[in-house]
Amino acid sequence: MMRIWENNPELEVIHLTMRFGGLTAIGDLSFNIARKQITALIGPNGAGKTTVFNCITGFYKPTEGMLKLTHEDGKTFLLERMDDFMVNRVAHVARTFQNIRLFAGMTVVENLMVAQHNALMNASGFTIGALFGSKGYKRADAEAIENSKYWLDKVGLMNRADDPAGDLSYGAQRRLEIARAMCTKPRLLCLDEPAAGLNPRESDELNKLLLSIRDDHGVAIILIEHDMSVVMGISDHIVVLDYGRKIADGTPDEIKSDPAVIRAYLGVEDEDAPVEILKEAAAMHRAELREAGNTKTKPTKPVLTAKKPIAKKAVRK
Amino acid sequence: MSAPVKSGSGGFETKILSNAQIAKDLFYTALITFPILVPIVAIRTQLDQGVLTWHSRFWLASCLALAVVIARGLMHFLVWNPRAAASLDVSASAKPTSAKRLSLSDRIGPYVSRGLLIFGLLLPIVAHLGHAIGIELPSFGELRLVDLATYILIYVMLGWGLNVVVGLAGLLDLGYVAFYAVGAYSYALLSTVYFPRWFGTGVVPFAFYITMPIAGLLAACWGVILGFPVLRLRGDYLAIVTLAFGEIIRLVLINWFSFTQGPQGINVPKLTFFGLKFKDEPGGFADFVSTHFFPLAYNRVQGYIFLYYVILAMALATYFITKKLRRLPIGRAWEALREDEIACRSLGINTTNTKLTAFAIGAMFGGFSGSFFAARQGFVSPESFVYIESALILAIVVLGGLGSQIGIVFSAVAIMGSFEIFREMDFMKAVLPTGTEPIQFRMLFVGLAMVLMMRFRPRGFVTKREPTVYLKEKKAISGDLVAEGHG
Ligand SMILES: Nc1ncnc2c1ncn2[C@@H]1O[C@H](COP(=O)(O)OP(=O)(O)O)[C@@H](O)[C@H]1O
Ligand SMILES: [Mg+2]
Repeated sequence: MMRIWENNPELEVIHLTMRFGGLTAIGDLSFNIARKQITALIGPNGAGKTTVFNCITGFYKPTEGMLKLTHEDGKTFLLERMDDFMVNRVAHVARTFQNIRLFAGMTVVENLMVAQHNALMNASGFTIGALFGSKGYKRADAEAIENSKYWLDKVGLMNRADDPAGDLSYGAQRRLEIARAMCTKPRLLCLDEPAAGLNPRESDELNKLLLSIRDDHGVAIILIEHDMSVVMGISDHIVVLDYGRKIADGTPDEIKSDPAVIRAYLGVEDEDAPVEILKEAAAMHRAELREAGNTKTKPTKPVLTAKKPIAKKAVRK
Repeated sequence: MSAPVKSGSGGFETKILSNAQIAKDLFYTALITFPILVPIVAIRTQLDQGVLTWHSRFWLASCLALAVVIARGLMHFLVWNPRAAASLDVSASAKPTSAKRLSLSDRIGPYVSRGLLIFGLLLPIVAHLGHAIGIELPSFGELRLVDLATYILIYVMLGWGLNVVVGLAGLLDLGYVAFYAVGAYSYALLSTVYFPRWFGTGVVPFAFYITMPIAGLLAACWGVILGFPVLRLRGDYLAIVTLAFGEIIRLVLINWFSFTQGPQGINVPKLTFFGLKFKDEPGGFADFVSTHFFPLAYNRVQGYIFLYYVILAMALATYFITKKLRRLPIGRAWEALREDEIACRSLGINTTNTKLTAFAIGAMFGGFSGSFFAARQGFVSPESFVYIESALILAIVVLGGLGSQIGIVFSAVAIMGSFEIFREMDFMKAVLPTGTEPIQFRMLFVGLAMVLMMRFRPRGFVTKREPTVYLKEKKAISGDLVAEGHG
């Protein structure tokens, strides 16, 4: 079995622990993120996925552990020691947020221009050059606009370029947030539930976009996602969290048949599993069916279909 | 350019007309208007000792007809013409491809600022002419009017400076007057104490021109000094600390007697015309002009007019610099900071530096206007830098519409102008309790006006945000989407 993430990974998460007072949101978590691959981080709500992102991107300082990022040229960065903005600026890690954080009162293209702040700021000679109309800044500005256009085209928002970001639909906002993160020219892209609230068509487009970011731009992606069609469809590596601990780590096929995962997701032992878990199970089920329909091949033993528990609980309700 | 365009407001179809067509249209307008006006306006009947007579006022009818024609012409060029809006370009990006109609306020917006500019440039001349041909501005002398305009312009400039901090970066600063004070005292102390000591008294007449940049820099330093401790604060806490900072500066000015002469204040040299005093004496401005150029009698107004143009130039510099900064990365970062600080940090923007630059640049403009204030008054004392000044400047910014520069002009005129109007309102005495002056009630009325304004137009006069860059078409952004900042 080839485990591509084991040698020369982009990011090593080493014994990461994050406590909030008495609550251990992440406990002794270790995993690797492979270069130029899509890694999915999944787990029930409250498992600590977003907290992992916040640690990687410098928004939280982990209680314990190390986050070692290695660029292809061999430069290493210990992310837990860096300021949040430096994680983006020098370590080239970009992220999106679970609750979208766009600059709602600025236009779509302005959002992308803000993302290129550091490059433009340098070209502007710390503003003084640009104030006197330096050529270098004008060139950088034109380049930034071209780059923005490229990403607008890529995420299908070209015709909305001059509209305020706050006016976009939910799906468009999610795509804009990805484009904005990509405008910072990252090596590692952290996406927190990018498919939440998307319809199946939008979700398919998102898959294509993410594959293109991986293949055409050579960017490693970590993806938090509940939609199993996205997770199983595009990820190369899946890490499963439950109550802040890693319960499984492997290829999609391995994860699908992992008993610990099934237990965590379907709450077999817990009779009063919350509604979300059931919904997720249903989503997974649908995803499996869709996948089976699309590929016209028999699905490999549908372990995650979870027909029985859903039926049982639905009846009881 | 012949495609019919749908009219935005009226809903009828109009064509983009050539200049010749417009001229023809205006000719017909005149042809229709004048005959209508003749019976209505030009012929006036009069009952003269029981005899009905009439006299003609054709000149008035002609004036009115001309006004109608001019108004229609303006409508052709400004309102009915989609090119008018398009001609105003923001970035070097593509030309607008669609002639989609912008709303009325978007189309006349640029002309409002140009109109204001022209009005500002001509104001003293208009006042002077008005005075010369005998139109007494209602109980304002020419001098009063120019002086009031100068006074308002100081607040416009302060508003534009504070706008960088509050309107763009979204950091609530209740102590802005501190920087105004730093600027004023920098000028006062440098021109009366330090320049004479360092360079001799010969430099004193030029002190303003040397000190003003220094005053701005010193104020900017204080902006950074204030900025550091408050960087981690937000909202109410930020507001309280900035308020305290403003008070601290004032208290230091009062109590550090050996340095600032405390509450007595400092007499400072007035603004000169590049070294020439506005005084009726040999070597004064009028005398110098008479000997070297053309005969000019001394008039007190000359000094006021010069002051007016100096502050106008300073305010315009503030306007154009902040307008330009908004379109540079730094300005976009300010606005992004106002919209969402966490997102900014996730994009690699050093929000600490961004806030500090906002504080520093805002403070710098405050320092410039402070030094002008001192040079205009000829006197500074801590009295002038009380909290209410900060509150007024903030009110001007908020009332103008956060982030809008033109809105600030209107709100400064409205607030500072209304204060002056209260001085003139003798008729108010009839309704007010005896023994009180209308001026005592100005704050009450202005406060009431603010409350009403905030009730009915909570985002201020200008509720639209203008984008700093566009690809195809510049669309104003509704204020509902724009964040107010977290401070
Ligand atoms: N800033 C914080 N302070 C206290 N508790 C937090 C904080 N952030 C996250 N948590 C807690 O950590 C746990 C994991 O949360 P989160 O990472 O958001 O889960 P997920 O993204 O997997 O749904 C939750 O119990 C949450 O309440
Ligand atoms: Mg989460």
